[in-house]
Amino acid sequence: MSQATATSHGDTPMIEMKGLNKWYGDFHVLRDIDLTVKRGERIVVCGPSGSGKSTLIRCINHLESHQQGEIVVNGVPMTQDVKRIEQIRRNVGMVFQHFNLFPHLSVLENCCLSQIWVQKKPRAEVEKTAMEYLERVQIADQAYKYPGQLSGGQQQRVAIARALCMRPEVMLFDEPTSALDPEMIKEVLDVMVELAREGMTMLCVTHEMGFAKTVADRVIFMDQGQIIEEAPPETFFNNPRSERTKLFLSQILGH
Amino acid sequence: MAGESMRDEMIEARRPPNAHRGVLKWLQRNLFNGPINSVVSVITIGVLIWALWPFVQWALIQADWLGDSRQACSGEGACWVFISARFESIIYGFYPEAARWRVDIVFALMAGLLAWLAIPKVPGKRWAAIIAVIGFPIAAYILLLGGHFGLMHVSTRNWGGLMLTLTVATIGIVGSLPIGIVLALGRRSKMPLVRAVSVVFIEFWRGVPLITVLFMASVMLPLFVPTEVEFDKLLRALVGIMLFWSAYMAEVVRGGLQAIPGGQEEAGKALGLNYWQRMGLIVLPQALKLVIPGIVNTFIALFKDTSLVLIIGLFDLLAIIRAGLTDSDWLGFATEGYVFAALVFWVFCFSMSRYSQYIEKRLQTGHTN
Repeated sequence: MSQATATSHGDTPMIEMKGLNKWYGDFHVLRDIDLTVKRGERIVVCGPSGSGKSTLIRCINHLESHQQGEIVVNGVPMTQDVKRIEQIRRNVGMVFQHFNLFPHLSVLENCCLSQIWVQKKPRAEVEKTAMEYLERVQIADQAYKYPGQLSGGQQQRVAIARALCMRPEVMLFDEPTSALDPEMIKEVLDVMVELAREGMTMLCVTHEMGFAKTVADRVIFMDQGQIIEEAPPETFFNNPRSERTKLFLSQILGH
Repeated sequence: MAGESMRDEMIEARRPPNAHRGVLKWLQRNLFNGPINSVVSVITIGVLIWALWPFVQWALIQADWLGDSRQACSGEGACWVFISARFESIIYGFYPEAARWRVDIVFALMAGLLAWLAIPKVPGKRWAAIIAVIGFPIAAYILLLGGHFGLMHVSTRNWGGLMLTLTVATIGIVGSLPIGIVLALGRRSKMPLVRAVSVVFIEFWRGVPLITVLFMASVMLPLFVPTEVEFDKLLRALVGIMLFWSAYMAEVVRGGLQAIPGGQEEAGKALGLNYWQRMGLIVLPQALKLVIPGIVNTFIALFKDTSLVLIIGLFDLLAIIRAGLTDSDWLGFATEGYVFAALVFWVFCFSMSRYSQYIEKRLQTGHTN
């Protein structure tokens, strides 16, 4: 087996970032990021748009590549090697703002695809796992429909189930409720809260401050590509230290 | 009643009004709903009848259908005896009569396989695909060319007529699509060399007329290869046609690839799928579905352009009919010949067109995201 499994237990942090820097052309999107995520930790990342928070979590499974610094996921250092990247991705689930379900496949097939092709498991077992997770996000009755026939909230719950089917060690959420109608936000957040209670390591980019207060162990505030403030939710919301954080909080909570 | 209002009972869903059915109602609503529309409808129908009636009279009503020689032609309308008398050569070209059953078997196999693949209700699609991709080409090669298993060898010089047209079209279609897909992926590749090779290949073949390609294949290619290597003329034409159309196909497929949102590939990456899995399982199925109209458009163009092989001395359907026109017994039947050739081409192309529309409907899975 690979080194990932050899070091995947014990006290190694789930994610470790040291001196991370990234540029888009000349634009410095991530600046000297240091971040450690322990196993079972739930972290909410917030900040104004363009602050680099999405880019940050997209670096963890190499949807974006960084130019300086290092990322270690589950004990495996990130390199440019495709095999290494794919190995890391197998342990990292991701949920996107726009769901990104595969519209040409049924809900069930969406959940089976990577189990079959990446984990190479037999069909029967794969479908059983898929139905289990669809059951958990309470959408098993729609298993044979296509994504285009579901509401946004339902699609996002399927997307969560699809990621969970790979039994990842950490879940990344990239603004999972931003594209949803208000009445559908709750059904997705409920699933995420449930997941947090079960002890999943989670990194969520979100503006849902209620969610942050309920489940987060730490809230991270980013602006202009850097981490401005990092604190448990009580401290973060009640006694923010930086002026930028205060301004941001007054803008999103002040209406 | 401005101000407050509220509703206790919800309104039940009702059927829409005026759900008229029937031919007369349809005619009234769509063609004769008002004086101007009625006049336009009458004039249009009149023009259609006026323009088409002479052709109908010539091709069907006054035409001669039965007989086996020129004496059967009355000269008032079309004389389809010309076609029926030459029917065998139109189908088989110069293929030796004793071996024509082999062509029939290939036709039958092809029709059977097409039906198996095209009709959704028939089970065992996987087997049909395997047979179509591996078994059928081998069987067709052995049967048509001969030279094995005691079958008489029939040189491709003797191939002709509809049989040659279908051979060239089928191989062209089956060959150009996969090459085109690979080129389209290559053109979007992150590897500079792969991308450059694809771009140059596509732009070269797309910038050259097919006639030039065929001339080059038949005249120039022999100059470059050693004389002892003798390339079959048909094979050279086939390679030329395949490469030429694969360039067009590549651009059609690339259009589809570009229409797929980047999030699809990202979702595939996040799930740990590798490049070929992402392409084969996620991006291509959606992209190809999207460009079915463009792909079939290219198929149809390819099918019709097979008739260009006549300029390098291959006798496809059209060329064999033209050859028949010079037969001293049958001088002066060019119209019948060309109308018949047009009809055969049209039947095949129209079938492809209809089938593609049917497939598009079948693959519809609701809105894409």
